[in-house]
Amino acid sequence: MTPPNGRGLLHLAAAVDQTAAHDDVSVHVELTRLAESGGFDFVTLGDSFARPGFDALAVLARVAPATTRIGLVPTVTTTHTEPFQVQAAVATLDRVSRGRAGWCIDVSTTEGEARLFGRRHAAPVDALWQEAGQAAEVAARLWAGADRADPHPVHHPVRVVDATDRHARTTAARYADVALVQGTNPAQVGAIRAELQAIALAHGRDPDELRVLAALTVDLGDGERAAEPGHGGGGPRQTAQGPLYRGGPVDLAELIAAWHETGAADGFHLTPVEPRRDLERLVNGTAALLQHRGLLRTFYPGSTLREHLGLGRPAHRYAVTGGTS
Amino acid sequence: MTVRTPAEQPPREPFQRLPEQVHLAAYLPGGGESTAGADFASFERLARTAERGLFDFLLLADLDAAGRPEPVTVLNALVGVTERIGLAATVDTASNEPYELARRLATLDHLSAGRAAWNVAASADPLARTAEFVEVARELWDSWTPDGVVRPFAHRGRHFDIAGEFTVPRSPQGHPVVIRPADDSPEGRAFAASTAEVLLTRYGTPAAGRALHAEVRSRLAGYGRDRTDLKIMAEATVVLGATDAEARERAAGIGAPDGRWSFVGTAESVAAGIEDSVRAGAADGFVLVPHPATDGLDAFVDRVVPLLQERGAFRAEYTGTTLRSHLGLPEPVWKG
Repeated sequence: MTPPNGRGLLHLAAAVDQTAAHDDVSVHVELTRLAESGGFDFVTLGDSFARPGFDALAVLARVAPATTRIGLVPTVTTTHTEPFQVQAAVATLDRVSRGRAGWCIDVSTTEGEARLFGRRHAAPVDALWQEAGQAAEVAARLWAGADRADPHPVHHPVRVVDATDRHARTTAARYADVALVQGTNPAQVGAIRAELQAIALAHGRDPDELRVLAALTVDLGDGERAAEPGHGGGGPRQTAQGPLYRGGPVDLAELIAAWHETGAADGFHLTPVEPRRDLERLVNGTAALLQHRGLLRTFYPGSTLREHLGLGRPAHRYAVTGGTS
Repeated sequence: MTVRTPAEQPPREPFQRLPEQVHLAAYLPGGGESTAGADFASFERLARTAERGLFDFLLLADLDAAGRPEPVTVLNALVGVTERIGLAATVDTASNEPYELARRLATLDHLSAGRAAWNVAASADPLARTAEFVEVARELWDSWTPDGVVRPFAHRGRHFDIAGEFTVPRSPQGHPVVIRPADDSPEGRAFAASTAEVLLTRYGTPAAGRALHAEVRSRLAGYGRDRTDLKIMAEATVVLGATDAEARERAAGIGAPDGRWSFVGTAESVAAGIEDSVRAGAADGFVLVPHPATDGLDAFVDRVVPLLQERGAFRAEYTGTTLRSHLGLPEPVWKG
C-alpha cells in the first residue's frame, strides 16, 4: 500500500524505558502492548553498565510471550562482552519472539565501565565503534551459517545503530538496518541520511537497505492543541538530550506527516518523556490520526520485524552455501 | 493429580518420622539431544508440563555451539508462561565475565520473582578460577543493601580485579541458587561442599550415591554449613511400562543408560524406587533426563507424580513462591 504522499508507509518505533528508579517489568509489558496496538514497528529498551537497571535483552525476552507482532530491540553493548555470547543472546531473543528481535548496538566508552570488567582500559570511541561493527559482522556470519541445518532459523535480528554520535556513523552505514538520526528539522535529518547513504555506497552497500528514523523526545503533557510558543508549533527544539517536541498529539501527527513528506526519514523513533501518559497519547492520538491519513499501517501484514520494516534478509552477503557470495 | 488439603491428610502415628520429601527437576537439552535449536513452543510445552507436575525446577543446557539457544534468555521468556517453577540456566565461567553474568542472573531472579538458579557448568577454567568467579558474583549480588541502597564493590583476586557499582538491586532470593555438577576430584568435592547449593550427580547405583552423599555432607561443617544447605540431585532416566517386564523389555531395547540412574518399571514401582532411594539417603531427588525411549515428561507427571503424592513423598502444591522455598534452602545471609 502506498500512502497518498507517494512515499512508503511510515515506520514508527517507541522507547519503553522507564523513568522510575527501579524497573517494573509489568510496565514494560503494558507499554509494549500499547505500542503494538498502535501498529508500531518496534520498541527499544536502552541499557548500560553505567547506571542502575536490569539487563534490557532479558526484559524484552520476558515481554516476548506477552506480545505477538511488535519488534523488540534492546540495547546491547559490544565493548566488554564476547561477540559469541552477544550473538547467541540476540539470536535467542529472535527465537523466543518468533522473528521479532533486533539489537541496538552500542559501545561502553567510560573508564568506570571498563573497571567493572577489569580487562582493558577505556579505548578511543572510533576504535570501539569499529569493534562494534565487527561484532555485528561476526553475528551475521554465524546466523548465516547456522541457518543451513536449522528447522527454526534465526530471522537475522535487525541491527539498529544510533547515528547521533559522529563516531557511530560509519558503523551505522556499513552494518545497520535501521539508523536513528537526530535533528530539529527535516533538513538536518536529511543531511545525515545523505551522509550515511554516501558511506554505505562507498562500502559497496545498497543505500536503500538502510532505514533512517528521526529520533525525537516527545512531551505530550500540554494537552490536545496547546504548545509552548516556539516549541510544539514551531517544531522540536534542541536540548541536551536531543530534539524535544513539546505539544499535543495532533500537532505531532502534523509534524510527522510534514517531515515524512519531505523524504528526510523513513519514520520516527519516539521517546516519551512520561512513558505511560505520552505513549498512550501517541498511540490513541498521533498514530490514530496518521492511520486515518493512510500514512501508517492499521494491522501487521507480516509477522517478523524484518517484514514490518520492509527489509530483506542480509544473508546473501555472508552466504556460505551455493557457491554465490 | 492428587491434591489434598491438610485436613484430609491421613493421620500419622505418633513419633513416626515424616517421609523424606523428594525433589524433582527436568533437564531440557538445548537442541544437542533433539533437533538443532528447539523452538520456543517446545520449551514452553515442557515448562508447563513440569510446572503441572510441581517440579522444583527446569534445568536448561548450556550454550555449547552456534545456533543453540542461550539458556538465560530462554528462561526469561519462560517467566512469562510459568508462575512457580524454578528456572535454572547452565552457564560456564570460561566464556563469560562475572559482572555481566551476575547481572543477567540477578535480572532473571527479579523478573521471575525469585525463581532463578545458575548451574555452574564444568569448563576449560581451572576450578580455582571458577570458584573465584562464583565468589565475585556473590559479592556483586550482596553489593546492594536489602533495603535498596547501592554500595560500591571492589574485588581484587588472582583472576579478577574489578570495582564499581552493580546495576541491579538485591534480588528476591538474595542470590540465585547455585548448582554444580559433581566431579570426583578432591578439589571438586571441596568446591561442592563450600559453594554449591544443589549438587548434580551422575552415578549408576544407590550405593555409589550414598557414598558420595555421605562424603560431601561430611565436609559441609568444615565450611560452616549445615547438612540442609546442600541438596544432592541425581540425573536419572525413567522408562515406564504397563508391567515391570514390559518396561524392562523396552529399556533393554535402548541399551545402557550412559551411567545414569535408571528407573524402569510400572508407575508404582518407579514411584517406590524414587521414594526408597531418597529415604535411603542416596539422593535428595532426581533430575529427569530425556531419553529416546522414555515416554516423556507428560507420562511421568500424569502417572508417577500422583503416586509420589499419595505416598506423602512429594508436595501436593507449591507452598512457596521462590526456588529456595521449593528446595528448602535458606536465604543467603547478606554480607554487606
